[in-house]
Amino acid sequence: MADESKAHEEKKPRPEATDASGHPWVRSIRAAVPDAVVSAKEFAGQVTVVVAKDAIARVARHLKDGEDFKYCVDVTAVDWKDRQPRFDVVYHFYSFSKNDRIRVKCGAADGEEVPSIATVFLAANWCERETYDMFGIRFAGHPDLRRILTWEGFNGYPLRKDFPLEGIDTGAAIYPEEWPDGGGPPMKDPNRKVVS
Amino acid sequence: MTDEKISQAEKDEAAYFTERAKAAAAAGSAPAAGPKEHTLFDVQEMELNFGPQHPSTHGVLRLVLRVDGERILEAKPDVGYLHRGTEKLFETETYPMGIPHTDRMDYVAAATNNHAFCLAVEKLLGVEIPRRARLIRVILDELQRLSSHLVWLGTSGIDLGAVTPFWYAFREREQILDFFEEYCGARLTLNCMRIGGLPFDLTQGWTERLSEFVRDLPSRIDDYEQLLTDNRIWKKRTVGVGVISAEECIEWGLTGPILRASGKEWDLRRAQPYECYEELDFVVPTRQNGDTYDRYIVRVQEMRQSARILQQCLEKLQPGEIRGKVPRVIKPVAEEVYASIESPKGELGFYCVSNGSNRPYRMHVRPPSFINLQALPRLAKGHLVSDLVALIGTIDIVLGEVDR
Repeated sequence: MADESKAHEEKKPRPEATDASGHPWVRSIRAAVPDAVVSAKEFAGQVTVVVAKDAIARVARHLKDGEDFKYCVDVTAVDWKDRQPRFDVVYHFYSFSKNDRIRVKCGAADGEEVPSIATVFLAANWCERETYDMFGIRFAGHPDLRRILTWEGFNGYPLRKDFPLEGIDTGAAIYPEEWPDGGGPPMKDPNRKVVS
Repeated sequence: MTDEKISQAEKDEAAYFTERAKAAAAAGSAPAAGPKEHTLFDVQEMELNFGPQHPSTHGVLRLVLRVDGERILEAKPDVGYLHRGTEKLFETETYPMGIPHTDRMDYVAAATNNHAFCLAVEKLLGVEIPRRARLIRVILDELQRLSSHLVWLGTSGIDLGAVTPFWYAFREREQILDFFEEYCGARLTLNCMRIGGLPFDLTQGWTERLSEFVRDLPSRIDDYEQLLTDNRIWKKRTVGVGVISAEECIEWGLTGPILRASGKEWDLRRAQPYECYEELDFVVPTRQNGDTYDRYIVRVQEMRQSARILQQCLEKLQPGEIRGKVPRVIKPVAEEVYASIESPKGELGFYCVSNGSNRPYRMHVRPPSFINLQALPRLAKGHLVSDLVALIGTIDIVLGEVDR
């Protein structure tokens, strides 16, 4: 596994992903939720299963009840800007009895809704809210889908690849408007700086 | 008061606590709101803002409480005041440049953040870490765990009115920060690990001074325990407060000392050992009641175990390389990995997606504080507002990690 040479990067033996469609968990998902599994791979000892978007809640339920993946570690997304569908929603589950993890992914196009797993795993509640906040992916059936890290009314999705690093103009001022002496409505200040 | 009376009073009190803990464990949940008491004014419910600027929220956490008198009917956390877009920053910089950003997440435990980040990239690269580097990493991790738990002990003590332990805890924390300062020049934002190993070797005499510190540590921990463990006020404020069962912990994704205090013996250092934890002899402390008092006991026991681990690592330490063979420009294969470690607060994971370039395409953090905070409304329901302070302390959040 060790990288042997510094000068010749091409010659290094690089770790590669292998096909995992014969893996017992993948077979189990395929048996329980037919037509769900799109592909499966294994890299660095970690199994990744790509499933159909509409089947994700049923797959999560099966993994929890049928395969003993009781602990939902994390929910997040990846933005593949130019790909169709644009987003990957990524779930990590952990099983205490197997002492192993499984990664489940599903694709979602811009504006498409993904079935929520927050009713299957309580832990997924805030994770899905964060994913919605950062990527704008809506989760259908989520009990409380609001922004969590940015504020209500923020009009952007910061972790999308087309969101500029320097931020956007949201109309929030870094210092308040000037107020006239003796009260009254604020004066228009032409030098008022607006940042995201 | 005569001696007999005092001993009788102590017996009564011990019975009271056992009864209370038993009842709370049997109920498996927070005590339900009692029968409606007569109130002077006819106000039954009101909304109360708790934070973001409140000393006991340990940062900028805002809670919107719906209270009936002093009793909490509902607590809604509002986070994000410290959101700096760390995950976006990772995407714009090369892999090694991401490490300093991790310092700023859980800023009382920077070494473990560095470690988890490096592990994720190393897993992607498939790099072998030299043995000396592994041992020093474990030493830094455990020192960091100690210092994080000491901050927790001091501050959550102050939250509940116990000011004395704070001074004792920060006495030892100061020494730990001195060790860090000598090693890498920084006290809090350490930046003390590199992909494939470590930036520096240990300085002359560092190990000797550390082993002296570790030798004294158990007696120092005795000092804290003497102040708190059998303290009546401490017990009255913590026993039976915020009870949660192991099943519920798993359902909420709670990890770390919270899960272990509920009776589930699960620690990533033991379950999925990284570096050289598999050859170290240590106990994963657990308790059964799952209340605030048990979480306190578990953390104190963990500090004792950290001292043991440090002792063993120092004995095993041999001269050798501190960096593995890592290419000068880090360009991993276009793949994805998830790597996690047992941080002082729970499972800290990094999900790294590479597209074959020298920058991560996506670097996601699974922060233990964020996920653990999610269960606060569940823990706080039915308790008094003053217990909420104990509960925020017992979850051990760092807002830099919650908001990232």
